[in-house]
Amino acid sequence: MSESPRVGLFATCLMNVFRPNIGFSAVALLERAGCKVSVPMAQTCCGQPAWSAGDDDTARALARQVIDQFEGFDYVVAASGSCIGTLRKYPEMLATDPDWAPRALALAGKSHELLSFLADELKVNIDSAYPGRASYHDSCSGLRELGVKSQPRSLLREVKGLSLLEMDDAEVCCGFGGSFCVKYPAISEKMVDDKIRSLEATGADTLLGGDLGCLLNIAGRLKRKGSRIRVLHTAEVLAGRADGPAIGDEEPR
Amino acid sequence: MNPAAGSFESRAALALKDAPLQKALGNFKPLFVAKRASAVAELADFEALRERAAQIKNAVLAELDVWLERYAAAVEAAGGKVHFASDAAEAREIILGICRDANAKTICKGKSMVSEEIALNPALEAAGYEVVETDLGEYIIQLAQEPPSHIIAPAIHKTREQVADLFEAHHPGRPREESVAGLVNEARHVLREKFFRADVGITGGNFLIAETGSSVIVTNEGNGDLSQTLARVHIVTSGIERVLPTLDDLSVFLRILARSATGQDTECYTTISTGPRRAGDPDGPQEYHVVLVDNGRSKMLGGKFRDMLRCIRCGACMNHCPVYSAIGGHAYGWVYPGPMGAILTPLFNGIAEHYDLPNACTLNGRCQSVCPVKIPLTELIRTLRSEQVKAGLMPARQRTLLAAWGWVACQPGLYHALERFGSRLLRARAGRAGRIRALPGATAWTQGRDLPAPAGETFLEQWRKQRGEA
Ligand code: SF4
Repeated sequence: MSESPRVGLFATCLMNVFRPNIGFSAVALLERAGCKVSVPMAQTCCGQPAWSAGDDDTARALARQVIDQFEGFDYVVAASGSCIGTLRKYPEMLATDPDWAPRALALAGKSHELLSFLADELKVNIDSAYPGRASYHDSCSGLRELGVKSQPRSLLREVKGLSLLEMDDAEVCCGFGGSFCVKYPAISEKMVDDKIRSLEATGADTLLGGDLGCLLNIAGRLKRKGSRIRVLHTAEVLAGRADGPAIGDEEPR
Repeated sequence: MNPAAGSFESRAALALKDAPLQKALGNFKPLFVAKRASAVAELADFEALRERAAQIKNAVLAELDVWLERYAAAVEAAGGKVHFASDAAEAREIILGICRDANAKTICKGKSMVSEEIALNPALEAAGYEVVETDLGEYIIQLAQEPPSHIIAPAIHKTREQVADLFEAHHPGRPREESVAGLVNEARHVLREKFFRADVGITGGNFLIAETGSSVIVTNEGNGDLSQTLARVHIVTSGIERVLPTLDDLSVFLRILARSATGQDTECYTTISTGPRRAGDPDGPQEYHVVLVDNGRSKMLGGKFRDMLRCIRCGACMNHCPVYSAIGGHAYGWVYPGPMGAILTPLFNGIAEHYDLPNACTLNGRCQSVCPVKIPLTELIRTLRSEQVKAGLMPARQRTLLAAWGWVACQPGLYHALERFGSRLLRARAGRAGRIRALPGATAWTQGRDLPAPAGETFLEQWRKQRGEA
């Protein structure tokens, strides 16, 4: 890898609003690994909500916007498998557009999910500590579209004090599914309850994942049930930024 | 079978509260998922076989007319007769005609999803025939007068007690059986007598072989074999997409089908039938008919959903689908449930009538990761949504919201202002609690979940403060 690769951080809508700490954790990790990180200020959404809903035109408009803002970087990185999964679909979305198809292809080729990028492309020194027993949920897009499976686990093994407990069905969907969880809330709740049952069976005190959508869903259900299990993005633990309140947890007085 | 009445959501809500069904669905993991995983792991080249199977199917689909002609010629050469049916009604007519000509009274049936698709049983019964399903699962749901809830395990939603009740009610003069073994034995006794009485045997066809004109069925009970060899007339019902060029090709599919379906290396019975009984044959039917059903398939062949025609009806996609696992098969409203049904049902019966099916999916992709013929199921489901949007079928409220959001997302300044506003609003509502328990306008989320609260300032505004522009 060349000297100081220039990385454009794709913030993602959910992170921007719900959990900025994930963004700062991502920046800390990327900088520690020697990247020069920029955050294009005119970025909005990757277009996934439109694409998944079948609104192809809106999705294409947003895809062009992302390409415009990010194609100048060596890499585009986001702390979300599902947003990067969407960037990787831009060539398919824009396949019939002769002007944009090659640009989409180039962007997709340099777009990476954070945890796999850290483990596969960079050498990052993890010197954080997290005292706890954590279980890792494999978010579907990261797992099946991008092959993110071993990377977060191998990075987490370097965290001092953390023990990793595998849950049954770690690869089964948590029931979030974007708008699915509000269109079919009863089915979604059954799915997240199944997930929580597997999680609780491990005895873990922390749930980690790589996609904020899933984490909001699982944390939301855990907190409704009064559970004390902490829910965090893996990047927060790796960057040593997991001391504050976890997702959905109370702020200290 | 006709599509069920009521909405997907009401059926799903019932299913979620159905305790026996939930118990049955809980058995899926040990029954199907774990067994498939170990059967697949034992085979070093399973991935290569999937690829090969998909290639064989694609090659056939690219020249389906040619392969169908070769297949039909081979069937006729072996003394059989091929009938083409363009839709369900025509298929029923053809089969009724054959039964009439055969002077039939009793008809035994092996398991066939196409026969469910064309709603054959009600038509045969209305014409006065005694129709007996001989696959145990199909027999159970025939007694219960229910549609199948799974394509390879049609009565998977029924508990042992429910089956015992059904048998007690329908088998007068027999003592009530409680054990699984006892129930299976009881069914065997009742069915055996019918096999010998049957004039016509109707089976499905898992595969049709063009080079030999053979039909192939794969079962675990041997009931299909009895249905087709003991009756005077054998009728095979099959979709037009089931042709394979050669027996060599068949060997590829036999290696992936059982492993994907039930996690067995091979099913107990694989039977290859070619034409009627020949002079000197010890058994077999006097007549052999194949009814090839189109029913919308040739339309799929020319469009965006051709990949779906590779389907070999193994059921792996539904066994691995978390939505199917939550609500079972009947919620899908027709004979094909789960991911494959979420595609086939709207394609066969209307994307407006079955609006929910492609939408009730998280696009998690587990189905396509196990599909033995590598059908890109999530992509096809998303494409169906896109077709629905183009046809103006998305509910107005959702359409307006999506359009407004899409417009704002193309105006970064406005988008960020709204994000900052929303972030503060939610933070203020949550206070220090870190979560919101009830939120007007977001009840679908908050009815069962808290909403974790934002920090108050967005990432982008904090970044700008710390580091300036970009
Ligand atoms: S779609 Fe694939 S996994 Fe599902 S039944 Fe068909 S062949 Fe099997």
